[in-house]
Amino acid sequence: MTSFWSLTLATLKKDIRLEWRSKDALNAMLFFSLLVVVIFSFSFDPNAEESRQITAGLIWVAFLFAAVVALNQTWARELRNQVLDAYRVSPAPATALFLAKALGNFIFVILLEAVMTPLFIVFYNLRALGPAWQLIPVGILGTWALVVNGTFFAALSLRTRSREIMLPLLLFPISIPAVQSMVEATRIILSGEGAARFWIVLLLTYDVVFTTACLGLFEIVLQAE
Amino acid sequence: MNKLFSFFATITAFLLVYGLYQALVAAPTERTMGDVQRIFYYHVPSAWTAFCLFLTNYFCSLLTLTYSEAIRRAANRIAILGAIFGLMGLLISEDRPPWLPQAEGFSWVKASIIVILIAVFHALLIKGYFLLGDRLGKLFSDRARVILDAVAVSSAEVGVVFCTVVLVTGPIWARPVWGIWWTWDVRLTTTLVLWLIYVSYLVLRRFSNTGEIAILSATLAVIGALDVPFVYFSIWFFRTQHPQPVMGKGGSLDPRMLHAFLINLLAFSCFGAMVCWSRVRLELLHRQLEEAHAMKSLEGADAARAQASLPLNRSSE
Repeated sequence: MTSFWSLTLATLKKDIRLEWRSKDALNAMLFFSLLVVVIFSFSFDPNAEESRQITAGLIWVAFLFAAVVALNQTWARELRNQVLDAYRVSPAPATALFLAKALGNFIFVILLEAVMTPLFIVFYNLRALGPAWQLIPVGILGTWALVVNGTFFAALSLRTRSREIMLPLLLFPISIPAVQSMVEATRIILSGEGAARFWIVLLLTYDVVFTTACLGLFEIVLQAE
Repeated sequence: MNKLFSFFATITAFLLVYGLYQALVAAPTERTMGDVQRIFYYHVPSAWTAFCLFLTNYFCSLLTLTYSEAIRRAANRIAILGAIFGLMGLLISEDRPPWLPQAEGFSWVKASIIVILIAVFHALLIKGYFLLGDRLGKLFSDRARVILDAVAVSSAEVGVVFCTVVLVTGPIWARPVWGIWWTWDVRLTTTLVLWLIYVSYLVLRRFSNTGEIAILSATLAVIGALDVPFVYFSIWFFRTQHPQPVMGKGGSLDPRMLHAFLINLLAFSCFGAMVCWSRVRLELLHRQLEEAHAMKSLEGADAARAQASLPLNRSSE
């Protein structure tokens, strides 16, 4: 009997290998968010002070939209050759599968952020006036908040018609408080006005609550009949 | 059942007419706001009805999920997790750390205790429904499951309609009184996000009509309900600079106003329940019809197969 973590790791490795060979999601996400950066900078043309106030919003909206690209692929690729049905009948716990998928998406979106953040800094002349290291927990917690719900709703929308449209429709309303927390935390850190700690704790709570809920409900969604 | 429904509908119609008279004629005009204040007699009861319907939808969804073994096993864990969260909140808020924002009229201690109570209540509800269902057997029958789902979808639909009324009448009142159509105030934003969540719930139901949608949309309703406190908290501390709506504070309320308000509250509750009821009946009939159609086409397919399996007869004719 293989353990929970080795199952998670095996699925995660498989997903990363698949992505490494095709690079479908990563390329699409990178190009998409690059376009968003360029279009936003044409639409707003801010100076340094303004950009500190608005970039927090722009950067997270760009990542949110780009993450949907990766999230849509997560389960759709398992439909080919009935891989998902194989998952359903296998004795492996559904939560291990979910965790692996969420971690995989997390890694992809973090990679995207690592590439795109320098571009944002260059295009918008950003310099954090607050403690810049706090952007790291905000980034990690914020990304996880988007990805864990996204992976769950991608599995949910798998059973519907036109699932590609369905995912953002389900994900965005639920993500409103998370998006607000990360935007607010990032804005506070960039502009150096006040402390971002409350928003980071709120994000952490959001992550814990929704990770628990998604792990608990995922088996129902996978086995729904 | 039909008689009861007509009786209920008559009472509701009478209440609505009486409520309209009370709101527009009998209640005195408010001194500072003028006639526009009369919109309250519709705005607040609509909000009340919408929230009641959303709550109904939430409990139906939760009970739909109890059909799955995983949730029944999770009941204890829900209580423990909620209690841990609440206790952590209590410990943190007792210390009053400087990073924890304090707002007027908001107590972190109270909020933590509410979290604990809600978690325990949920665990009790799930356990209780489970135990009762085992005892009676009826609660877990397929028929009960269909009715639960019908009530869930009906209350969500009717709730969205009432919530839309709230979101439309609110700005009509706010424009002359606050001078703005909309503000990102905690009540307004929470209502809007709730509306968005339930619209996405209805879209999900619209995009799939297979049997599994009942359980899928139930998970969405539960996750959406988890989201609401986060919206509430984050907005509370985000837009504190905006004017808080002042209602019932300062000045005495004319008893005729209170009368008109309470009558309308009752009338709208009855109206919401009535519309929801007839929608549930419609939904159940709709499902019966679908089943009948499916049965008929199955029979038709059987007959066609029976004919097709006799090729010799046909060629000889």
